[in-house]
Amino acid sequence: MEHIVLRHRDIPGIDKLDVYIANGGFEAYKKVVTSMKPEEVIDVVKASGLRGRGGAGFPTGVKWSFLTKNRPAYYVVCNSDESEPGTFKDREIMEKNPFQFLEGLMIAAYAARAAVAYNYMRGEFWTLARELDKKIAEVKARGFLGKNILGSGYSLELYTHLGAGAYICGEESALLESLEGKLGQPRLKPPFPADKGLYQMPTVVNNTETLTNVPMILARGAEWYKAIGTPTSAGSKVMCLSGHVNKPGNYEAPLGITFRELIYGEQYGGGIPGGKKLKGILPSGASAPILPATEAILDTPMDYESVAKAGSQLGSASVILLDETVDMAWAALKMIRFFKHESCGKCTPCREGTYWMLHVLDRINDGQAVAADVELLGNVANQMVGKCLCPLGEFSVSPVLSSLKNFRADYEAHLKDSKKPAAKPAAKPAAIPAAKQTEIAAGD
Amino acid sequence: MLAEKYRNQIDATLAKYPADQKRSAVMPLLYIAQSEYGHITRDAMQEVADILGLEPTQVASVVGFYTLYHDHAAGKHYIQICNDLPCALRGADKFAADLCAKFGVKLGETTADGMFTIEGVMCLAACDKAPMFQLQNTEGIKYYESQTVESAAAVMEELRAKTDQ
Ligand SMILES: Cc1cc2nc3c(=O)[nH]c(=O)nc-3n(C[C@H](O)[C@H](O)[C@H](O)COP(=O)(O)O)c2cc1C
Ligand code: SF4
Ligand code: FES
Repeated sequence: MEHIVLRHRDIPGIDKLDVYIANGGFEAYKKVVTSMKPEEVIDVVKASGLRGRGGAGFPTGVKWSFLTKNRPAYYVVCNSDESEPGTFKDREIMEKNPFQFLEGLMIAAYAARAAVAYNYMRGEFWTLARELDKKIAEVKARGFLGKNILGSGYSLELYTHLGAGAYICGEESALLESLEGKLGQPRLKPPFPADKGLYQMPTVVNNTETLTNVPMILARGAEWYKAIGTPTSAGSKVMCLSGHVNKPGNYEAPLGITFRELIYGEQYGGGIPGGKKLKGILPSGASAPILPATEAILDTPMDYESVAKAGSQLGSASVILLDETVDMAWAALKMIRFFKHESCGKCTPCREGTYWMLHVLDRINDGQAVAADVELLGNVANQMVGKCLCPLGEFSVSPVLSSLKNFRADYEAHLKDSKKPAAKPAAKPAAIPAAKQTEIAAGD
Repeated sequence: MLAEKYRNQIDATLAKYPADQKRSAVMPLLYIAQSEYGHITRDAMQEVADILGLEPTQVASVVGFYTLYHDHAAGKHYIQICNDLPCALRGADKFAADLCAKFGVKLGETTADGMFTIEGVMCLAACDKAPMFQLQNTEGIKYYESQTVESAAAVMEELRAKTDQ
């Protein structure tokens, strides 16, 4: 398949502005700015069926059409926080196909009537941000940014903004708080960013990969894009393959490709090292349930609906593979360690729940636990469900609950009393001592 | 003083945000402070607060929230090894342990000469090139991917040779 997002794999040197322009770069932007109304741009993106690639899969054109009318300012903010374990696609896009990404962001800005757009990048992308700043200056030197662009009357400035190490800033309202110079903690919704976003003005937040699709959609038309993928999950998706796979890396494939093709296909993952058996698949990093690698799961198409029906989420398609040697109690420990570290501390169920899950998982993995501890772990997770302020807390229970459901034997193998029948479930986690609470609130 | 020494850089940073939203510049300014002083001192927080018209406590809470800001001195170079799940599936835990052993520290500790702090960190968006680490120092942040203990140690020895004690 021809690449739509990872076009640098077909066109060498596309990270140079001249090469990008020689391959049709900025034609879509010129057309949009000089001959289309913002609503017309939104209609094309709507008709293409493009859905958000940052995780939630929300239809992009629909999101743009929600902006509250007649406000003094509008913003577009690109979410390049890319911190979900197993996700490394936005970095490749910005490094290797930067101008297509910038063009997408600029088209979105025009559609949103924004005079300023920001690219919020995780702080670890420090070196990449320096490179992108240079590319933005090059684009500006060609007259595509600045005042009265191409004589159209439209003016736009583009800036990068670096975070400083906090996964929660990938959540769009926390990202906006962070961009305002505050702690990256989620806002209560509503209001949504389309109504009150950055500086309380209507704001579009989109993922890097989402925006990188946009220039090709405007250049070739919605029908062309819609014909790729499945009827409800249009287009291609960059799938990040990591963990136990022969050829880890990013692969752009039409939505609806099966897990089997992606994992075992020669042009993709090329199978499991040492010919080992696959045990589990994490389709969306640490943030969605682990799927047992059954034949039925392997034949599941990777589109938003099918993966949800199979019991997990496609999310950002950061596919982590776990072979038969992996102890799922250990894998859950690794993931809960992540969530405990990244919990922003704003609400109690998530702050204390992640602490307790980690505590119990440590005990289990250290061989210090009894059967009641496994029950306790499940109870803590179940008590968090539906009570957290933002999805991070809700995400954090999925590694635990899904591994308990599908791989309970891995937990039981660690128990001191593994021969004995399971003890009575502990109803509630013990109260957290006050000293511990301040420690938790302070984070680590 | 940051305000004089980095006048141009600070002005360029402030120009990115609306005139009445100077607070947005707190994170970029903290990076400037950290490169200048090695870590973010109390005085630096005061300086940043003064430039932006914020309370020093507001600046301090930002420093405390984000992991890439350091409010106390440690190694001149942070060697931050990703040992999150995808990297761990490809040998990151052993890589981290072996590299630490080679430099005589445990994960999270600083070498006796004050040169390196070796830490374990969460996913850095480089999982297909594990084991990997990022180097953070006053010059910024740089990735080193597809590493072995030998290649990482070579990078570190080169840094040691270039850095004043
Ligand atoms: C805890 C958490 C972390 C997230 N991290 C990211 C991220 O790193 N990148 C991203 O694009 N979206 C992330 N999201 C989703 C964003 O909130 C938002 O839905 C997305 O940026 C919208 O863009 P899209 O519609 O183009 O996907 C995260 C959400 C949550 C709850
Ligand atoms: S669920 Fe967790 S990350 Fe989200 S607001 Fe609450 S404490 Fe913060
Ligand atoms: S898990 Fe190490 S870079 Fe992603």
